[in-house]
Amino acid sequence: MGEFTPFVRTEMLAPQAPPVSQRGAIRWLRENLFSGPLNTVLTLLGLAALLWVVSHLGPWLLHSVWNANSLTECREIIAATWGEGASGACWAMVRDRWHQYLFGFYPSPLYWRPTLAFALLFVAIAPVLYSQLPRKLLLLTAVYPALTFWLLWGGSIWVPVVAMMGFGVFAVVFRLAQPRFGVPVSAGLGAVATSLWWMFAQAPVAAVLQSIAPVTLTSVDSDQFGGFLLSVVIGVTAISASLPMGILLALGRKSDMLLVRTLSVGFIEFIRGVPLITLLFTASLLLQYFLPPGSDFDIILRVIILVTFFAAAYIAEVIRGGLAALPRGQYEAADALGLDYWQAQRLIIMPQALKISIPGIVSSFIGLFKDTTLVAFVGLNDPLKGITQIVRADINWKGIYWEPYLFAGSIFFLICFGMSRYSMWLERKLKTDHR
Amino acid sequence: MKKSVFLGTLSAAALLAGIAGAGTLDDVKARGQLICGTNVGLTGFGAPDANGNYQGFDVALCKAVAAAVLGDASKVKFVPTTGETRFTALASGEVDVLIRNSTWTFSRDVDLKFDFVAVNYYDGQGFMVKKDLGVSSAKELDGATICIQTGTTTELNLADFFKANNMTYTPVTIADDAEGQRQYLAGACDAYTTDASGLAASRATMPDADNHIILPEIISKEPLGPLVRHGDNQWGDVIRWTYYALVAAEEYGVTSANIEEMANTTQNPEIKRLLGVEGDLGAMLGLDKDWGKRAIAASGNYGEIFEANIGSATPIKLARGLNALWTQGGLQYAPPFR
Repeated sequence: MGEFTPFVRTEMLAPQAPPVSQRGAIRWLRENLFSGPLNTVLTLLGLAALLWVVSHLGPWLLHSVWNANSLTECREIIAATWGEGASGACWAMVRDRWHQYLFGFYPSPLYWRPTLAFALLFVAIAPVLYSQLPRKLLLLTAVYPALTFWLLWGGSIWVPVVAMMGFGVFAVVFRLAQPRFGVPVSAGLGAVATSLWWMFAQAPVAAVLQSIAPVTLTSVDSDQFGGFLLSVVIGVTAISASLPMGILLALGRKSDMLLVRTLSVGFIEFIRGVPLITLLFTASLLLQYFLPPGSDFDIILRVIILVTFFAAAYIAEVIRGGLAALPRGQYEAADALGLDYWQAQRLIIMPQALKISIPGIVSSFIGLFKDTTLVAFVGLNDPLKGITQIVRADINWKGIYWEPYLFAGSIFFLICFGMSRYSMWLERKLKTDHR
Repeated sequence: MKKSVFLGTLSAAALLAGIAGAGTLDDVKARGQLICGTNVGLTGFGAPDANGNYQGFDVALCKAVAAAVLGDASKVKFVPTTGETRFTALASGEVDVLIRNSTWTFSRDVDLKFDFVAVNYYDGQGFMVKKDLGVSSAKELDGATICIQTGTTTELNLADFFKANNMTYTPVTIADDAEGQRQYLAGACDAYTTDASGLAASRATMPDADNHIILPEIISKEPLGPLVRHGDNQWGDVIRWTYYALVAAEEYGVTSANIEEMANTTQNPEIKRLLGVEGDLGAMLGLDKDWGKRAIAASGNYGEIFEANIGSATPIKLARGLNALWTQGGLQYAPPFR
């Protein structure tokens, strides 16, 4: 009788790779692109569309010409290199006119000034955007507007310095008045004092200081601004001014004081009810009728003010959304701690409301930055339409179509994409819930 | 009530602007700079070059006026104006004069309260078609698709022309000249219509210019000229006669090259008056006696300006046509300088 020896495995089996359909690229394809009949059809359609775009755009980009003096020359080079009938991009236009796309008609020996101002912009906003940087950098942020104004427009350094002193006047009046009259009244007094300073003291004080210590840069007129210089000047100024203004408007709209609330609601609803282009026409044309004849109120300044108003109205509503999302308990807790209205806003309410509003605020800013191209309709040289029209009016580049749009569009994309990535980073950093 | 207050404010503002504008010549002299409303960019007529200096046919007239009034052709500030902003910019006093290929029409002259002081270019609306369409006259365009800019007088002219000739067409609307040229080349329309000078400029830059023809019919009158605010006649006279000085200079053979020689040697009393050697025409205008000489020296006479910017030596290659002197069968005619 034979001994029955059951089979006993003494060592572990080597693990086998999963079947082909369950691993690697094939599994990914099956799960993501061909998981069902509908998805398969959509994938094939998508591939076909991609192929179509690449087959049309690819050769055009491949045949790019960078060195030529006119569109005709570009076409000749493409025909000579790639044969008759080939089409290609003529980037020689960008090579010839890039400085106008970036700076408009800013005098070329002075290009270092806007460039320096742009570089300093990052230094100035860095401490605002990244809280781990030394707080002393905020000093630079505070003087940055005056410095940039001086760098861009030139003239006497004392004009922006004395204008900044106006804020010093505000601070002094506010400090002196606040213990006696409270925040709103002393802020009003400060504003009145500042306006008086700007209206009556600005010119003589600046003139005296200029005669004592003359520091001047060659002055550049506003009509020489154009291209991305113009877009960034309008965009950055309006963005940085509209956020505080929007916060005040949002608070005003939720205020218990009838007058403040009515004014805030009226302002927000009026500005939101009117298209931006109408406001720009108002800035460019209507204001001229009402100002005293001969007064020269800078067109860029007029446009910046109205773009700021426009952005502030939208920001106010975005922030009001953030305020409405806060639980009532937060307000009551602030009251229970004995904080007054402004302390509660500063320490409890705003940090939370602003955090909630970040995506809305940033998309308003991105929209605002792109809307700066609308200034083309009031005769300013924005990069998309204004400068492109000038380039096309040159007989050498007449007939060029896609290249200017692609060039300007890609710079806009870089800037807007940067803003959007920053806001995502900020959201992750400030995330305190435990979802 | 509210409306009347608003209108009252507006008219008061307009009145103020009118008072301010009453002495544009004095304003310009006091400022030391002429503010000239110009096109944002129109090939050959007015556009900044790669260095940001404005060049073109209309621009040259601005420079001539600056030379006549201020003695320096470079003392001009060019304010680019769009089709929408141009008339308000002039009415509100933002610019002293508008030299921006604007068509002289009844309503602009009378209703908008402007004065067109002269016609520096006689334009008209034409058609461009591909040669292989086999069309040689605009009257054969029945049933064609036509690329046309929206919101312009060209759109109305086109409708009138087809209605008058009992024909039909399909419009393909476009926003600006660049788009029109692209659509036309891509075959979206059989014919492209706009001002004949614009068609010539577009055709000049096409990759296959020989395959396109501009049809002989001109279906509208587009007299383009400088304009000033209504009621400021002294300033209007300065612009008008500066322009006529350029036209007269061509007629009498005075060019930027021979102007000094002419001033010294000419026996023609009309040329002497024009160049300020004799008479006091300048004083009547409120200028000095050399005004005409400086205006002509700035960019040359009318013919020189035409040839340098849009004439047959340039890629645009516009023929003088209606813009030839009256002595050569055209319409450019300067009244006598006396």
